[in-house]
Amino acid sequence: MGYFAGRYDVAVIGAGHAGIEAALAAARLGCSTVLFTLNLDWIANMACNPSVGGTAKGHLVREIDALGGEMAKAADMTLLQSRMLNRGKGPAVHSLRAQIDRREYTSVMKYRLETTPGLDLQQEEVIGIKRHEKGWLVQTKLEGEYLSKTVIVASGTFLKGKVFVGDINFDGGPDGMFAANALSSSLQQLGISLRRFKTGTPARVLRSSIDFSKTGKQQGEDPVIPFSYETKTKLENKADCHITWTNEKTKDVIKRNLHRSALYGGIIHGVGPRYCPSIEDKIVKFADKERHQVFIEPCGLKTEEMYLQGLSTSLPVDVQLELLHTVEGLENVKVIRPAYAMEYDCCDPLQLDSSLEFINIPGIYGAGQFNGSSGYEEAAAQGLVAGINAALKVQGRPPMLLDRASSYIGTLIDDLVTKGCTDPYRMMTSRSEYRLILRQDNADERLTPIGRQVGLVDDERWENYCQRQSAKKAERQRLYQTIIPPNEKLNQILVSCETTPVSTGVRLEDLLKRPQLNYEKLLPVDKKRPKLDPMVKDQVEIELKYEGYIKRQQSAIEEMRRLESRQLSVDIDYTAIGGLRKEAQEKLMKVKPTSLGQASRISGVSPADISVLIVWLNSRQNH
Amino acid sequence: MSDVIAAIATAATPAGIGVIRLSGDTVFEVGERIFRAKSKKRISDAAGYTALYGWVYDDQGDIDECIALIFKAPRSYTGENVIELSCHGGLYVLQRALRAAISAGARPAEPGEFTKRAFINGKIDLTRAEAVMDLINANNRLAAKTALASSEGALFRRMQKIKHDLTVAAAGLSAYVDYPDDDIPEVEPKSLDNVLANAQSQLSDLLDNFESGRIMREGIDTVIVGTPNVGKSTLMNLLAGCERSIVTPIPGTTRDIVEETIRLGDVVLRLADTAGQRITADDVENIGVQRARERMDRASLVLIVFDGSQALTEDDLKLAEVASKQTAIAVINKSDKPQIINDEYIRRLFKHVVIISAQKVKGIDDLKKALNEVTGLSVLSGDQLLLSTERQRDCARRCLENVDKARDALSAGITLDAVGVCIDSAISALLEMTGERVTETVVDEVFSRFCVGK
Repeated sequence: MGYFAGRYDVAVIGAGHAGIEAALAAARLGCSTVLFTLNLDWIANMACNPSVGGTAKGHLVREIDALGGEMAKAADMTLLQSRMLNRGKGPAVHSLRAQIDRREYTSVMKYRLETTPGLDLQQEEVIGIKRHEKGWLVQTKLEGEYLSKTVIVASGTFLKGKVFVGDINFDGGPDGMFAANALSSSLQQLGISLRRFKTGTPARVLRSSIDFSKTGKQQGEDPVIPFSYETKTKLENKADCHITWTNEKTKDVIKRNLHRSALYGGIIHGVGPRYCPSIEDKIVKFADKERHQVFIEPCGLKTEEMYLQGLSTSLPVDVQLELLHTVEGLENVKVIRPAYAMEYDCCDPLQLDSSLEFINIPGIYGAGQFNGSSGYEEAAAQGLVAGINAALKVQGRPPMLLDRASSYIGTLIDDLVTKGCTDPYRMMTSRSEYRLILRQDNADERLTPIGRQVGLVDDERWENYCQRQSAKKAERQRLYQTIIPPNEKLNQILVSCETTPVSTGVRLEDLLKRPQLNYEKLLPVDKKRPKLDPMVKDQVEIELKYEGYIKRQQSAIEEMRRLESRQLSVDIDYTAIGGLRKEAQEKLMKVKPTSLGQASRISGVSPADISVLIVWLNSRQNH
Repeated sequence: MSDVIAAIATAATPAGIGVIRLSGDTVFEVGERIFRAKSKKRISDAAGYTALYGWVYDDQGDIDECIALIFKAPRSYTGENVIELSCHGGLYVLQRALRAAISAGARPAEPGEFTKRAFINGKIDLTRAEAVMDLINANNRLAAKTALASSEGALFRRMQKIKHDLTVAAAGLSAYVDYPDDDIPEVEPKSLDNVLANAQSQLSDLLDNFESGRIMREGIDTVIVGTPNVGKSTLMNLLAGCERSIVTPIPGTTRDIVEETIRLGDVVLRLADTAGQRITADDVENIGVQRARERMDRASLVLIVFDGSQALTEDDLKLAEVASKQTAIAVINKSDKPQIINDEYIRRLFKHVVIISAQKVKGIDDLKKALNEVTGLSVLSGDQLLLSTERQRDCARRCLENVDKARDALSAGITLDAVGVCIDSAISALLEMTGERVTETVVDEVFSRFCVGK
């Protein structure tokens, strides 16, 4: 018999990167929130690489921060090393990445959860979700029954989790945790269709057993640029990463033992991520490549554990050791946690709408790996959106819907709920058609107003934001109005920067637009320049230099938003619309788009089908 | 606010009059860029339901004399401002006039788009919504099939090639920026520029060919083969003669490269115009099977002709073997004479066998039916083909525009992210016809080409 354990607005299942953002957002918006985890000591666990950010993922972290999420702040507090990737390749693809002290990260997040008012933490396994007249009954293994208006499933890789090492496999979660075996069937009973995905992680090795004289060193970048707009303390690089390479010998070991890999032995049926291949995958699929890169990353300051990025595998432990010992610098390496592969249940995200709520099961939301994505940042982004939307629903407010032009978060969600995914989804800059606008430097400009409207951006932060915006506006105006007369000094600068000298007066703005020039170089002729926030300076310069491209993307966005504004109800029976092709009818029934714009992005729905829908919509409106 | 759309409103067959219809808010501005009234009156000054006599022109000069009919919103077919240009019939004139309209700011209409606008603007009764939706869809099916027909042709293949090259370049760029720590070859502006320059010149060529009208006349590349005296010439003459030739040679193109484009029922075929192009068993003997195969390879459709009144010869068999590897229709000719041929053997080799008498003009309907089956085109008309081709041209043009922008960005020293966005737009223009999405295409290419990820 169960006991009644409490009444909540929002219940969150799973305290990984998605679940904690969801719970924090919901509680901060004033909802009574309960967060379930299998093990309190592994909150916000980085079960794979000890890092946050990277290309496109760094963008996500900035966006999470702008909306009022937690990830950026926690990463800043616990970083070991930070770099801005892709410098020189253009502002759209600049991305922050930081190595993180993973146990510290867990502590910081756990403390944040413990100290957030209205948020209850529970170390309990959720085994079922049942319909109840007043919401949902969340049932735990220890017979607790929690009544909640909304439920967010953020179960990560735990649902029917299975660990594979060679031909050994067993039920389990990452890092030696238990699997959650009961919840899957309860979700299926609610009508959620589940499938199996696969992931994996490399071995962790002891720092003192690595010969660093044979590896390359990769240091952090100074000064450290924080993820969060709110981090004011000066951050420091505290540890180095190292790099080494596999070789022909490594290849031989793998080839000889391929039949012993769980992946190639046919034991694993789940679909693995394309971007995150195991070392045996790499060697089979890219047979011509002589060597593969291995990054050796520290897991923390108070541990000797090192992560070997690039060597994820499902080979048995003896083969793992043999192959590691072929790698330069790792000849005598000691493995303290073997590599393993994992299979888990996740949902088909086509069942969700853009608020991350299940279309057919109002009140239930999905976030993170459960939705078929991969990566901490992708998970956190979805958790934040699901948490916000569950809270808004409880409060009777309209959902926060982020479109593709607003953010990488919007792009991520739109891709998931519109196109679905056939392998775990990872964010990349090339997934965004608006990437010159969705930059990491302007995430606050794009999303802080939305975060403010939702209620996660406090007054102080809003004040700072508004100040930055007006400083930017003033600087844009100054650059437009300031005309530099042609003079020797200016032309000297221009010639030395290999750009054409001027013979008439020229606006500062037009000078800054030239790719060869920047704020620094123009200083001698721009004496009256006020003191500028470096962030403002960056943004102004980017906006000017890329003005033409940005304008073109903006007009594409306007076009997209026109279609986006034509809403479609989720209960439209597309099979009854005769003019639609059969394929289009089926796809539309499956995805249940909420707007014509979303419908137009479904593969298998042609422009003619959209035309038919427009006619149909019009005929309905006029009736 | 609706943009200006344009299409040929009459069937594209030789006729006395052909009409180009343009519709949209700013249609009069577009019209003034391609039409000059003899009275010097401006289109925008003309009242609704009036006509102006004058010339339609492009940057090459006058195209045709014509009448411009002016309709002012909401009193028009679509309920928008509309111009109808009544030109002399003939595909060349109509196509050039349509293209002038597109250069002047119109875009080629989507299938059923005029009717869709008429409906949305309340010009068509609500009770007819179903019919309008069906029409859009029927037109779309037709358009898809038409695109398929040209997919048999060089145009589609060439656009595919350019798309492929650009996608590979975009994927290289994407892997380079999305996986900065991975072992990805650095993207050298110089080599990227070479790829772009190559695409640029291919696209320019393609558009030049459009201009000279060669691609417009493209039907299904068809070759007639057969041993001597089986009746190839009679069949050729019959095909060219019994149905109208839908395209007349265009001034300026040399006679020897002109191929005969004919319409047989619903299918447009492009037949080699010179007897020398036809493959006979002599070729098989003299020049070798290889050449015969090459010529047939280049063709999308082979019509292999046999003489039904004769037994199959060694040469017939050799030729049949080569032809049977292709999309082919076996035509057993001379049905008017006593039949001796072993047609069972032919039926084993070929799925489609038609018995005709070219001499007595018998069995042509069967040939039409077989052509429809083989090409998968139950309905296809010249104007559909033309519009489809015109859309493809528009795609190629926008692709080129973006490739130009990408090269400009590279040479101006703009960073690779902006270059990448231009390349994406270029690919996107080419993908429009097939409805693929550029972001997915590029991402798929990244994962298939590069070993990336942790």
